[in-house]
Amino acid sequence: MSVDTLTPNLSDNWDQFESWKLANYEARGGYKAARKALFEMTSAEIIDVVKESGLRGRGGAGFPTGMKWSFIPQDNPKPKYLVVNCDESEPGTCKDVPMLMATPHTLVEGIIIACKAVNSHQAFIYVRGEVLHVIRRLQKAVADAYQAGYLGKGIFGSDYDLDIVVHSGAGAYICGEETALLDSLEGRRGQPRLRPPFPAVAGLYASPTVVNNAESISSVPAIINNGAAWYKLMGTEKSSGATIYSVSGHVMRPGQYEAPLGITYRELLDLAGGIRPGHRLKFFTPGGSSTPILTDQHLDVALDYEGVAAAGSILGTKALQTYDETVSVVRTTLRYTEFYKHESCGKCTPCREGSWWLVQTLRNLEAGKGREGDVDKLLDVCDNVSMKSFCTLADGFVACITSAIKHFREEFEAGYHTPAWELFPYEKSVYFPDHREKITVSEVADQ
Amino acid sequence: MSTDVKTQANPELVTATIDGIEVHVPKGTLVIRAAEQIGIEIPRFCDHELLDPVAACRACIVEVPDAGNGRGMKPQPACALSLMPGMVIETGASSEKVAKHQSGMLEFLLINHPLDCPICDKGGECPLQNQAMSHGPGESRYEGVKRTYPKPVNISAQLLIDRERCVLCQRCTRFGAQISGDDFISLAERGALSQIVSYTEHPYHSVFSGNIVQICPVGALTSVDYRFQARPFDLVSTATTCENCAVGCELRTDHRHFQVKRRLAGNDPLVNEEWNCDKGRFGFRSGHRDDRLTTPLVRRDGALVAASWPEAIDVAVRGLKAAGSAVGVLPGGRLTLENAYAYSRFARVVLGTNSVDFRNRAYGLEEADFLAAHVAGRDVEDSVTLAGLEKAKKIVLVGFAPEDESPVTFLRLRKAWRKRGVEIIDIAPFVSDAARKMGARTVLTAPGGEIAALATLAEELDADSVVLVGERAGLVPGLLGTVSDLAGKGVRFAWIPRRAGELAALEAGLLPGLLPGSRLVSDASARVDLQAAWGVGKLPEAEGLDAAGIWAGVADGSVKALVTGGIELADLPQAAAARRALAGEVFVVCLEQRASELTEHADVVFPVALLEEQIGTFINWEHRLREVVAVNTRTDTAMTDVRVLAALADAMGSQLGVRSPVEARIAYHEIADWQGLRGDFHPTPANGITPGEGLILAGWRTALDDSRCLDGAETVRETAPPPVARMSATTAAALDAVSGQKVTITGDAGQITLPLMITDRMVDDVVWVPLNSGIQVIPTVGVLPGQRVRVSPDEAAGGVA
Repeated sequence: MSVDTLTPNLSDNWDQFESWKLANYEARGGYKAARKALFEMTSAEIIDVVKESGLRGRGGAGFPTGMKWSFIPQDNPKPKYLVVNCDESEPGTCKDVPMLMATPHTLVEGIIIACKAVNSHQAFIYVRGEVLHVIRRLQKAVADAYQAGYLGKGIFGSDYDLDIVVHSGAGAYICGEETALLDSLEGRRGQPRLRPPFPAVAGLYASPTVVNNAESISSVPAIINNGAAWYKLMGTEKSSGATIYSVSGHVMRPGQYEAPLGITYRELLDLAGGIRPGHRLKFFTPGGSSTPILTDQHLDVALDYEGVAAAGSILGTKALQTYDETVSVVRTTLRYTEFYKHESCGKCTPCREGSWWLVQTLRNLEAGKGREGDVDKLLDVCDNVSMKSFCTLADGFVACITSAIKHFREEFEAGYHTPAWELFPYEKSVYFPDHREKITVSEVADQ
Repeated sequence: MSTDVKTQANPELVTATIDGIEVHVPKGTLVIRAAEQIGIEIPRFCDHELLDPVAACRACIVEVPDAGNGRGMKPQPACALSLMPGMVIETGASSEKVAKHQSGMLEFLLINHPLDCPICDKGGECPLQNQAMSHGPGESRYEGVKRTYPKPVNISAQLLIDRERCVLCQRCTRFGAQISGDDFISLAERGALSQIVSYTEHPYHSVFSGNIVQICPVGALTSVDYRFQARPFDLVSTATTCENCAVGCELRTDHRHFQVKRRLAGNDPLVNEEWNCDKGRFGFRSGHRDDRLTTPLVRRDGALVAASWPEAIDVAVRGLKAAGSAVGVLPGGRLTLENAYAYSRFARVVLGTNSVDFRNRAYGLEEADFLAAHVAGRDVEDSVTLAGLEKAKKIVLVGFAPEDESPVTFLRLRKAWRKRGVEIIDIAPFVSDAARKMGARTVLTAPGGEIAALATLAEELDADSVVLVGERAGLVPGLLGTVSDLAGKGVRFAWIPRRAGELAALEAGLLPGLLPGSRLVSDASARVDLQAAWGVGKLPEAEGLDAAGIWAGVADGSVKALVTGGIELADLPQAAAARRALAGEVFVVCLEQRASELTEHADVVFPVALLEEQIGTFINWEHRLREVVAVNTRTDTAMTDVRVLAALADAMGSQLGVRSPVEARIAYHEIADWQGLRGDFHPTPANGITPGEGLILAGWRTALDDSRCLDGAETVRETAPPPVARMSATTAAALDAVSGQKVTITGDAGQITLPLMITDRMVDDVVWVPLNSGIQVIPTVGVLPGQRVRVSPDEAAGGVA
């Protein structure tokens, strides 16, 4: 694969004038797929095409989208719901926010198709509460779609009714977990639910519910327009299609890169202009902070579901946070863990207490106040948390700690005697010679 | 090795392996239960057999090498995992890996726990302490900072929370959400700073609040009543029965130094499961106050003075002999079967009268016959039962507000609806919170309209339906007749009185027309049978006076003496008349635990033992025998009612045949079985709703009211919602009254004033009041529920819009 194989699909219209407006979206063929799905396809045909395309969930777990839709029991007399998960909160992950700012109608169109597929007449978009600009843009897009007759009673002049509610979360990472999201959407405290029953059987208001990531749903219109075979042209055998990679950190051109699944990090780094001059890659996250970190040994790993798993990590949300050699991995791990401690919902013991404990130990290590044996203690505490928490939030912080220790154990052990900021002066990692003034250590400390 | 664990009626068993031991359990059994049954202990905090699984604490994590399909699972919580055929489970007992995980979980729970066990009420009976010892690490590796909070915080007047001790298992919030339906506490904040909080605008008004203290697996929730009162290992525990209502919950009563320190709900799956109400839990101090009677008293020169037992017996005998058989016996509705039996025989044999009536409350004319014909003589085998409610299809409540009048019955009704979808129909004047919590359909009915309401339901009731009849139903003429008609077409029913002793009193024959064992006074062969059993010459033939007749007789002088046992004058509908009558010549012998309004009028007062000081039996509304066990055996002065009556009988030159509760129990059971004639029930004609001016009075006694049983439990009384008068919006508008405004309710005898609460879904033309919250409504106003009162808004007070 060559470096120029970017495949703008979701991001195709991002550079267009006011791409978020309905008229501009339609001018480029928008809502054609929705009409096709409504008037020319049966529910089963839609599901078959999506299954055939190999589209997998873009929220991190990678579950085949079409198969998820087919699990919705159609003999259940209760209403069926589609819930779109836009609670994008993972550190490093920033694909849905720019996508929805640029092209909210792609999501609305995807929802129309998905609802037809699962026979749902009510969809919800659950948006992270902090991103008010996205919420406003989605609300406007949904309102415009209603105005145009694309939502509401008898959409597009058909006999199909569909309503969409844009719901704003209250700022909890855990509400990105699908069952906590459903509780939050119902107006309860957002905590993960016990499974079974699974949402497909008893989800929102105890009714059959599909919960899909915003990018998954937004990928659907193009598949309907161009067919499963076209989609399979991109990506790899088991991870077909294209996706948005969010490259951030010490690269020259951070941003969203839509590329076929299976592209390597080396290729993405090239597209992003490489590591800032004079520095070299130290480590990166393949899919946000909850995925085990990889190092410069993994530059040629295929960034698809199987490739990253084989390298001992998870593709996750394809958020490639990039760190060069100036960065203290202890500091990074601490910041990540502090995030998870703050976001732990408190329901289960290992996550709640484990994150509380690990943060304190990591703080000591960062400050050079660690004690002999602290690293083994970290690993043992992680072992007591790992796979035993209620949901996978805790597995996320376990992954970032254990993978960091695996690759950089000596840096953690240095915390027994030397503060991390002495080994890795923090100003060095924030200093970009081309557009940043030098800032002093004390200013960093103040922050 | 193969162990048959549990073979219930459910034939579908699954076979699986736990720690190498093959188990056969009903389909759906949770791993944690299956393990219990083969003696494998898995630590747990959030798990509770009666609460839905939440799998939050993760203490019960086990390994599943084979889920039954040849593939393993990631570690699973044993409390939420159903055993599947062929599943292989490894617990900490067989797997070092699991033991490490379980130990790690306890280490986690302890990092933010204060380890203040030496000053914690739970210390010594604490699941966290115990399981940390049995499954936890000996020492913590945690060297960081523990979270702390200001402490304790009141959740209600009675409940306190020490948040730093909380392990966030959510048992308390789940109890509220699932068992009692009182969602008054919740989790707030998140992560390690999650905490249980109450709502400022919704006080924790629940009659079941004490249960959350009992099920808290740490010392986070405590009661004001018991906090710092005792160490668990210093307490002596006794399993006994609660005396506060006709459910007869099993209790665990803990005492130290001959003082009861607390009462906990016992575990009786057939009756109260593991719950009880706050009245039963906290209402045990009334017998230990300054008004406890410790010596016999006799009236000398107009004043009651302490006397010796022989002197008091002497005076009593003189007075009773002078009265001959013109004596009324009013034993009250709180006696054990043994004491009730003694009163019954005392009246018939020693006093030679059938003028005996346990009903110290308002009742209707048809009630006694109804009880004799349809309630007396049943046993639990042919009665509606608490557990049986879960198997019914429909349950109709008439004259019965279960949350107030029989709280644990309410819990079972809620469970029947919640778990089994049983349809509950409440015939009531308004849609109560309790009805909402039972998912009940309310048939809005003014008192007096119940017969018409039942008639509209008659079509849909069949042999799978149950009617629960409260004692108030007896006040509506013809209503008990309607119930018995329904029974004729196969509908089952149960009569549920409020007081604990009423069923036992009925079986002991404490009614003017009824002898022990549901023999009829009017049946000569029954009398002869009893004469033979008792070895006495002749039992009185004439049906005696009922309670109303006795009080009328006291007033007109035809009843010359009274023998009473534990009754409150203020509970009588005709209290004012009774007070006037007592000023006359009547000779009054009281057997009482505490000085009361009636003992002030007595000529002789005998102190009798508290329930905690004696053995006995209650019969609950299911007709189930409930054993009362002596908790505190050191009594200085008091004797049981049986013993006092036996002494009186001796001194009267007669004989009671028994001298102790044990003897009375044996004697009762020897004569209890009677296969002869049963009562015949002739219902009175129905009146319908009382016509006239004003509003119809409705009301019942709320669970935590001014009952003297709750004296000494003031903190619990504070958790009762403040009394209000309820009216529908239409009714209130007609009176020009607004919510919050005071309204005055006036009857023949007097008036009461209460703030108005306009109630959304309520029948018009009715005013509802709690009958004994702040004031005894019936004797004060002089009006029974179902009759009309005048209601006027209080101008001066003004309203709150």
